[in-house]
Amino acid sequence: MSVQSPVEPESDLAPAPRQPRRVGFSQTLSRWDVKVSPYLYISPFFILFFVTGLFPILYTGYVSVHKWQLLQGQGDFVGFKNFTDVFDQKDFWLSLRNTLSIFILSSVPQVIAAILIAALLDQNLRAKTFWRMGVLLPYVVAPVAVGLIFGRLFADQSGLINSWLGAIGIDPVLWHVDPLASHIAIASMVNFRWTGYNALIFLAAMQAVPRELYEAAIIDGAGRARQFFSVTIPQIRATVIFVVITSTIGGLQIFDEPRVFDATGAGGASRQWLTTTLYLYNTGWSGQYNLGRAAAIAWLLFLLILVIGMVNFWVTKRISTGDSNLSKKEIKAAQKRYEAQRKQS
Amino acid sequence: MRKTTRKFLAVTAGVASIALLATACSDDNGGSGTPTSGETKGGDDSTPITLTVATFNNFGYTDELLAEYSKDHPNVTVKQTIAAKSEDARTNLTTKLAAGGAGLADVEAIEIDWLPELVQSGDKFLDLNSADVEGRWPEFKTKPATTASGALIGYGTDVGPEAICYRQDLFEAAGLESTPEAVAELLGGDGATWEKYFEVGKQFVDKSDSAWFDSGNAIYQGMVNQLETAYENTDGTPIALQDNSAVKGLFDTVTGADVQELSAHLGQWSGDWDAAFQNNGFATMLCPSWMTGPIEERAGGVTGWNIANVFPGGGGNWGGSYLTVPAAGKNAEAAKELAAWLTSPEIQVKAFLNAGNFPSQTEASSDPALTAATNDFFNDAPTGKIFADRYAAITVTPFKGPNYFSIHTTVTDAITKVDVDKSADPAAAWQGALDAFNALGL
Repeated sequence: MSVQSPVEPESDLAPAPRQPRRVGFSQTLSRWDVKVSPYLYISPFFILFFVTGLFPILYTGYVSVHKWQLLQGQGDFVGFKNFTDVFDQKDFWLSLRNTLSIFILSSVPQVIAAILIAALLDQNLRAKTFWRMGVLLPYVVAPVAVGLIFGRLFADQSGLINSWLGAIGIDPVLWHVDPLASHIAIASMVNFRWTGYNALIFLAAMQAVPRELYEAAIIDGAGRARQFFSVTIPQIRATVIFVVITSTIGGLQIFDEPRVFDATGAGGASRQWLTTTLYLYNTGWSGQYNLGRAAAIAWLLFLLILVIGMVNFWVTKRISTGDSNLSKKEIKAAQKRYEAQRKQS
Repeated sequence: MRKTTRKFLAVTAGVASIALLATACSDDNGGSGTPTSGETKGGDDSTPITLTVATFNNFGYTDELLAEYSKDHPNVTVKQTIAAKSEDARTNLTTKLAAGGAGLADVEAIEIDWLPELVQSGDKFLDLNSADVEGRWPEFKTKPATTASGALIGYGTDVGPEAICYRQDLFEAAGLESTPEAVAELLGGDGATWEKYFEVGKQFVDKSDSAWFDSGNAIYQGMVNQLETAYENTDGTPIALQDNSAVKGLFDTVTGADVQELSAHLGQWSGDWDAAFQNNGFATMLCPSWMTGPIEERAGGVTGWNIANVFPGGGGNWGGSYLTVPAAGKNAEAAKELAAWLTSPEIQVKAFLNAGNFPSQTEASSDPALTAATNDFFNDAPTGKIFADRYAAITVTPFKGPNYFSIHTTVTDAITKVDVDKSADPAAAWQGALDAFNALGL
């Protein structure tokens, strides 16, 4: 619009009393249109984010420096007392241990399995859609239902898994007693639910890899494994980073599965599988009703996720670019060697 | 492509209209009383109002029962919303109370275990004291719902008087007397004690592969509910756990070798506990009236269950619910009237016949309709008569202050470590309880 308007250059030279003002206003409008509209169009996200994301985060910070009971509401300003109280609780450190352990036991096998499943689904299969939808099926099951089913499977005395183990001569594992065993059981619920979902994300990325690359690799004599590691993985690097970051966030917030792992939802008698979010919930909404302290835990968890997320981002970036960096160096070294040889001869 | 789009549109439109309808309905529920309530507080008989009652599980309030209220109060329509689990209802209640009470039902049902927290915020509820309901409940029912300043925040609905549920067939196989009357005598009749209960248990396990009771914590629960002041003094100050000889005594009993020998080492409500009902895991259970339902659910096909009219150490109450009226409600006075009607002995007997939850009202326990009730699954045990007797035997009102459940958990965790997990010996487990108690920072 502003391009079409002929008035602007004129108004610089000889300002006409009426017309320019009118046109000028519409021009201002159109300038606003150009400058403001894009922000307006993307604003719904930011408004929503502010209302449902940023504001709660900041308000949680405000709650965390006050004495705050769920029912009685806001009390006195106490500074960082809630944080130091949390640090003094043995349960908090146990919950960090459990969260990290369950996170590693779930995220690492999950991402690896998802990539492998995606690679299989990427092959020329019969009934493609069937298999693709099949891996998504566990995702449709509600986490609480998964918890109930796995609770039966992993029952210490009467569980199916222990009777299978018994059939092949292994002593029953005390899934609800031993910390590591309980972490494995909970991680298997998480993996059951999320592996297929991540596999589909990887599959989408793999399908976008140009087929010529594979043709070229085949001509160069690369086998299936070599194609997978040298073509597929580097090509889906961005997706790997995305999945690793989202599963980091999800993995550190595990709540439903440990909560329904036994009847009390307290994380076990010795807090064997108390995760940080479960600890947060139990502090704020049952037993102590201490929202101030729960808010402090929430902030600590937020910071922890931020740190681990960044570490993961850095590591994945290194891993998936590592190959090509190395080959660049190798290429340079090879070129130097080649030139040196040429000079010598 | 176009077809799918159209179908999609149609579905979207359908979903949207259902959603609109649903919101319209809920608007109606909450809003219809609004215009009148400001001036009349619901006391006017002519203006139509809708009262909502929020319950959970099964209170026995059927639609027909609620419709009866409208017969006497033609201007009042009663609607009930039922949460599937009491935990959901609790979260809903506490969250909305914390937010000032908006969106709560006119009458909110609560469980006895929530009261220690709720009486701290007694001003968020209407004081339900009234001459009409004076003496309707025994002290052990009203006292937990009474705030420090004397306000009554809940009308009692049901209670959980405890008897002993047992497997008649397993008793017989072990050569013990097995009819309900004989078992009640065997366990000591009116003078039954825990020592006697464990003594008979020893006789039983010597001759049977099954355990005597299901869970150490269930036994502890029965015992601790017979203490007047378990973890706190009546002014609400906590008793230091290391000096609490009564609780330590119970802990030692439950985790002692003699009693552990009788335990099936199960956590209640766990998968293993469920399974044990089907494979003769244990022969007896402490059995509040509402427990008959869960037993029947899990023991389908097992025919030997019966109930003995006896309980060790005197009577005992486990659980029970109340109806409260949030003070922020628009029709609070009308809601109070409804709550009083719903918890009247006659209505509560009807609810018992619908759902089996034993009435808490003194008068109700002598109602012929109630005392005539029997339970098929428990071999036609006269449940009405048994639980009426067990109700009469309850003498103790355990005091539960704001820190009751935090401290209780430290002890039950310790018992679980010994009884179920077997991850600690009693001494180490008790030390763990002391550490957890100190970490509470009371």
